[in-house]
Amino acid sequence: MLEAAWLIPAFPLAGFLLLVTFGRRLGEPWAGRLATLASAGAFATTVVVFGGLVAEPSGERFYIQKLFTWVASGSFQVDAGLLIDPLAVTMSLFITGVGTLIHLYSIGYMHGDPNYSKFFLYLNLFIASMLILVLGDNLLLTFLGWEGVGACSYLLISFWFDDEANAGAGKKAFVTNRIGDFGFMLATFVVFVELSSISYADILTRSDELGSTAATVIVLLFLLAAAGKSAQMPLYVWLPDAMAGPTPVSALIHAATMVTSGVFLLTRLNPILAQADTWSLGLIAWVGAGTALLAATIAVAQTDIKRVLAYSTVSQLGYLFLAVGVGGYVAAIFHMVTHAFFKALLFLGSGSVIHGLNDEQDMRRMGGVARFMPVTAATFVIGWLAIAGVPPFSGFWSKDEILLLAWNADGIGGKGLWLVGIVTALLTAFYMTRQVILTFAGRTRFFDVTNEELALAVEARQADFRQGVSTAEAAATKSLEAVAKAEADKTKRLAALTKAQETAAGASEAVRAGAPADDGYEKLVKALDKADKALPKAQTALAKADSGIESAQATAASTQGAVDEARAALAAIEAETLVGPPTVVTALTPPTVVAELSDHMPESFKKRRKYRPHESPATMTVPLVILATLAAFAGAINLPFSSDLHFLGHWLEPSLFGNEAEVGVSAGVKWLLAAVAITVGLLAIVAAFAVYLRGRSKPEFIERDILARAWRIDESYAGFFGGPGRRLFELTAWFDRQVVDGAVRGTATSLLSAGRGLRVTQPGFVRSYALGIGVGAAFVMIWFLGRLYA
Amino acid sequence: MEVTETWYLILSALLFSIGLVGLLIRRNPLVMFMCVELMLNAVNITFVAFSTALDDIAGQTAVFFVLVVAAAEVVVGLSIVVAVLRRRPSLTADDLTSLRG
Repeated sequence: MLEAAWLIPAFPLAGFLLLVTFGRRLGEPWAGRLATLASAGAFATTVVVFGGLVAEPSGERFYIQKLFTWVASGSFQVDAGLLIDPLAVTMSLFITGVGTLIHLYSIGYMHGDPNYSKFFLYLNLFIASMLILVLGDNLLLTFLGWEGVGACSYLLISFWFDDEANAGAGKKAFVTNRIGDFGFMLATFVVFVELSSISYADILTRSDELGSTAATVIVLLFLLAAAGKSAQMPLYVWLPDAMAGPTPVSALIHAATMVTSGVFLLTRLNPILAQADTWSLGLIAWVGAGTALLAATIAVAQTDIKRVLAYSTVSQLGYLFLAVGVGGYVAAIFHMVTHAFFKALLFLGSGSVIHGLNDEQDMRRMGGVARFMPVTAATFVIGWLAIAGVPPFSGFWSKDEILLLAWNADGIGGKGLWLVGIVTALLTAFYMTRQVILTFAGRTRFFDVTNEELALAVEARQADFRQGVSTAEAAATKSLEAVAKAEADKTKRLAALTKAQETAAGASEAVRAGAPADDGYEKLVKALDKADKALPKAQTALAKADSGIESAQATAASTQGAVDEARAALAAIEAETLVGPPTVVTALTPPTVVAELSDHMPESFKKRRKYRPHESPATMTVPLVILATLAAFAGAINLPFSSDLHFLGHWLEPSLFGNEAEVGVSAGVKWLLAAVAITVGLLAIVAAFAVYLRGRSKPEFIERDILARAWRIDESYAGFFGGPGRRLFELTAWFDRQVVDGAVRGTATSLLSAGRGLRVTQPGFVRSYALGIGVGAAFVMIWFLGRLYA
Repeated sequence: MEVTETWYLILSALLFSIGLVGLLIRRNPLVMFMCVELMLNAVNITFVAFSTALDDIAGQTAVFFVLVVAAAEVVVGLSIVVAVLRRRPSLTADDLTSLRG
């Protein structure tokens, strides 16, 4: 049954190749189904191999399947082979198991994405790389997987690369990981120099040939590698930014699998760690403890639902390093497995919330989501209890094991490690409770108006009023024009009246003076009649014009009044900028929309008001339910009560070569430590309830700005590498350009100029060559003669 | 006055010098060729003279080699000169500078 091992990475690899070729043609949903099947096939095979390994006697659970010779170069020989042992199979089980669930979930989550098939192609390649990483039987093969998952993580983080921020996050992850990879390569070189082999079979059996200095160097270099991949200080900065990728990716890569590869590597190489100086193990433990505490403090103040989980992941990975550093390999793998379950659950749950709330990621704008998404809420609560360390959920057992081993550690400040661990546990319980309350409990803030929307509304209202002012002003101008026109009309009418009067007067004079016998007399009388008749008409017109002026003036006065009114209204609201409280943290009272503003709210607000939050489809909730079950009961694989219940511990024994630390703590102290851990966790939960649900204290007191900005570490990195660091790079670049390139180019230039000098001796004239020969011959002769007679 | 090998050597040196000077100062390729022949044969005279004086046949053997090689060289050289002059009849040796570095 163990012979089937090669099928484990072959399934997702085949899925990847099929999707590369036919992915676009398959489209939605078949590309997703194919990828899920490939992953499920790998899981099924792993289960079969697991069965095969269980069937072997405990001492012989170490099987190497050689596939082919990969590199054969002198004494450097590398086979492509698989190493099947309890550690590798444990890793493979949860990689393929959790991976398959995340594939299934992605079918629903990525619904409608234009690059649907490409997403699953990357996922399958990722699973294949991760399996090569854990199953490879030598460091080079592990490195291949190591780089493979790095490349996939880059591709998946910047999956929606249209957004500059996403592309930047991908680059950040890639570059940061590169620093770790450099450590991996150097460590591999040292291993080869020391042991003349890089296959695990040789490394694990012949590690006692290593001197303690060599072992320490190797461990430190691998610690650098692991710190990069597993997001530890100082290289953790990429992981929170990696949340830019689609949520299933955050769950798969950045919670359950890829980030565990550093811990896996250190566990795999435990015989080397056993040879190394104690202080290097202490360094591992303290790096882990420091990272755990630092990330937990940052997580307390984050508002993005995924960022909280990202920092939480960094923090939990710190626990794993702490465990490895104190020799608690079983505890590390135990917590790795339980963490894979509950963190994948939490990530997928948050993805479900984001999906159901129309891509809202800000927890300040959630609240009361449990009403709309009962399944998501219920499973999320299980994940929360697991990570917060509430018994009997899985996280409690594994975390307690680590804390116990930290207490147990001697010579590297074990009690201090325990204290850091317990403070981190406190913070973990606190920030996770905060997240659950902000997201699922309390008032539904999703429909609340945001400050941005209010500002937009205020602006829209002001613009409206400004419009009113200009309309009124236009009307006023128009009415003034009308007055002017009416006055001009009146002048005209007056002139017409005067003229009519003159005409009438002239006519009557003419009639009076004119001789009756005249021919024109009749005409004159007629004209007089006409003029008399025109007079009253002109007078009426004048009167009309007068009233026209009056009414136009009245209109002008009223429009002017309107202008004044509009101006006053504008001035009144121009003072307003924002209505409502500045930020909504717990927001026990909703910010209200002022009635006058309601007509001016932006489209996005109106749309959201109409949006109905909904529970996610079954493809998303089924994985949640399965993961929740696992997160609740996974503690059963290694219960502390009796040695018979240490299933994981006994199972991993063949991979640990007796390097697991002995626990020399009495049962009473164990119970006491567990009691302290439970008390601390419950206290933190109660405190979070008091602050965020009951409003007993201001959240601002805890959520300091410095924490929200992650202790300004990212900024200071950017500041350093943009400032003094940049000068260093520029110096290196200058050295490269001037000295290295200079030497190369100098050689070329000097040869060129030497050739140019020699050209003079080759003029092409036969006679000059002949002269040269002649002179040369003469010299030779003189030399010979000189020797003869000397 | 007895003719000793010194006389031959002086003659040979004179002929060699005439050939050398001619090679250096003349521009006609054909004449330069003749000068080279003159120098070769001057050397031949030296060989024969020493051969007689030292009573060693090796010198005369060398002369035969020189004659044979010179004959071959003349064939190649003259054919080059003819080929070049056919193309550019007014050519001097100084015009043939296409091999200039």
